[in-house]
Amino acid sequence: MSNKDAYWNKTKNHMIVTLVLWAFFSLVIFMFGSELNTMSFLGYPLAYYMTAQGSLLAFVIILFWTANKQEKIDEEHGFSEREDD
Amino acid sequence: MFKGDFIQNLPKIYGTYTGGFIVFIILMALAEQAGVSAKNIGVMFVAFTVLIYALIGYLSRTIQVDAYYVAGRQVPTVFNGMATAADWMSGASFVALAGGVYFGGYTYMAFLVGWTGGYVLVATLMAPYLRKFGCYTVPDFIGTRYGGNAVRAASVFVLFIASFTYVTAQINATGTIASRALGIPFEAGVWVGLISILICSMLGGMRAVTWTQVAQYIVLIIAYLIPVFWISSNVGGGIFPHLMLGDEVARLGELEQQFGLVKNSAADMKAAGVPGGLKYISGSHSGVPEGGMAVWKYLSLAICMMVGTASLPHILMRYFTTPTVRAARKSVAWSLFFIFLLYSSAPMLATLSKLALMDPNLPTGIIGKSISEVQSIEWVQRWSEVKQVFIADFNGDGILQLNEWFMRGDVVVLATPEVAGLPFVISGLVFAGGMAAAMSTADGLVLAISNALSHDIYYKIINPKAETSKRLLVARTLLVIIGAAGAYIASFRLTSILGSVAWAFDFAMSGLFFPLVLGVWWKRATREGAIAGILAGIISGTVYLTWVFPKFSVPIWGGVNTPFLGIDHLRFGLIGAPICLVVMVVVSLMTKEPSPATQKLVDDTRIPTGKAILGKQH
Repeated sequence: MSNKDAYWNKTKNHMIVTLVLWAFFSLVIFMFGSELNTMSFLGYPLAYYMTAQGSLLAFVIILFWTANKQEKIDEEHGFSEREDD
Repeated sequence: MFKGDFIQNLPKIYGTYTGGFIVFIILMALAEQAGVSAKNIGVMFVAFTVLIYALIGYLSRTIQVDAYYVAGRQVPTVFNGMATAADWMSGASFVALAGGVYFGGYTYMAFLVGWTGGYVLVATLMAPYLRKFGCYTVPDFIGTRYGGNAVRAASVFVLFIASFTYVTAQINATGTIASRALGIPFEAGVWVGLISILICSMLGGMRAVTWTQVAQYIVLIIAYLIPVFWISSNVGGGIFPHLMLGDEVARLGELEQQFGLVKNSAADMKAAGVPGGLKYISGSHSGVPEGGMAVWKYLSLAICMMVGTASLPHILMRYFTTPTVRAARKSVAWSLFFIFLLYSSAPMLATLSKLALMDPNLPTGIIGKSISEVQSIEWVQRWSEVKQVFIADFNGDGILQLNEWFMRGDVVVLATPEVAGLPFVISGLVFAGGMAAAMSTADGLVLAISNALSHDIYYKIINPKAETSKRLLVARTLLVIIGAAGAYIASFRLTSILGSVAWAFDFAMSGLFFPLVLGVWWKRATREGAIAGILAGIISGTVYLTWVFPKFSVPIWGGVNTPFLGIDHLRFGLIGAPICLVVMVVVSLMTKEPSPATQKLVDDTRIPTGKAILGKQH
């Protein structure tokens, strides 16, 4: 397998992991909205908290994490851009 | 002057600008103390900020093609994040989002998840690859990847429908705010708004829009956050509302029980003469509605908004302006961070505003008081005059019930500072913020449309030999025409026939999402597949919209139809996008696989290093 193919396989797997996390915070937890709302976080009902703030924050964290991880994959395979590109 | 060292000096330049804006706010506060009228403060806020944007727009003028289309690809990560956030957060987000949460509660907040979660799709599936490709516009990618004028024209068609639906709403919002702040008629406000928008974008294209959007982001975020924190500490919500409103949310639940959530019949509301567009609270603030259909409604709306976000050209094109592929990825993360600052504050503002009006223990509370007493409150009188609030005593007991208080959603943002006893300077600031939000989005949209028409239709299809000066002349002329067309429609208040802003997302996802994703992620996708997919998606989506939306279905289909599986007019992308996918895959597999050259092009798109597919100037 060429370096390019190996790189693309890793990138694809990373994409799938990211989208699983995304689906969890955007869809899965809201399938159980009424169950979650019986629990509380910071004094807020949990489902309310997640839709008002929690999932939004999770997306921000996922995006920084996924960008950093992808940069590592770039480096491993020698596809990292020079700073001054 | 905007060369090399300008980029290095950006933090200093915008730091000084932010400091200057804060000094301006303080000066206005002093002017208010000195007796300058509220109206003049509003005028000064809007005039001052718009003049600054115009100045930035003028200084960013350019005669270079790549500067005009992609800001010379030198916008640093964090600044592009701010510009995207301003591009994204429309006048509607700024003035109507908190109102939406106020009336819609948990169910409405599917929009919050949808309008933020979509950025994960942008970052993983699209932005870095489109940046590597080196395209000027979104149809430029589709046209080059699949090859040929037909597919290019088809994607321009979808872009036009989606973005134009959106832009009239933005020009409408700009006009509304300009007319209120400057005290001029709405029709004049629309044209004032249009001129402000054009000054920011005409001379410098994407470069000018980028640097004005950064300036607009700074104004709009200050204008949104200061009142939220201030109101929170004024009504006893704590200094940091995002972490401290748990008790207030619980209290709202108790008050809903106490007052009762009553649904008014349409006949009652008509008889009482409730003005159009005004709403009342009939749903729970934090409670989750029971049942599978309610869950599906939430999820389906979130899906449409997320997938739509990842297909909207005016957002995607912002990531063409970063220096590297890596910067494009990071820039998406920064964009969402800056958006998060406002979006996570909207539910807090809604909670505070609701509590201020509903809690009888607070001096600002009005529900449960006698109607004559409420009608004598100054802000109630002022907003009643302009038909933004309304009281209907359905049960005739002279006491204001929860279901008897009607209000337009915008009032939550525009009037809460006043209700909570903040000085008028804050209301002036909110006007400036709303204006910044509406202008920045309108700028991005008008530019997305006119760039696609000038680059993809004029230069790539009609006249490929055109010289740079001619291309830029065409681009600028189209910018003015598109803007004027939007303003013309907005000034006749025809926007109501265009329906909801959500439609833009559904149009974009129906025709563009899968052609973009598969263009990068599936080498086997062919030109014929893309053309068939784009057309099948946009046509099926649009036909379904006419079938499900009563204003269209009655004249066209002769009656009102029940939405299929709960897919109503806000969610019609759920019909268009899957049809687009199936048609695109089936037709691609039936046609000859793409040439080795095209496959190599896709391979090159997938790795960050190496030459861009399209040259720096093309």
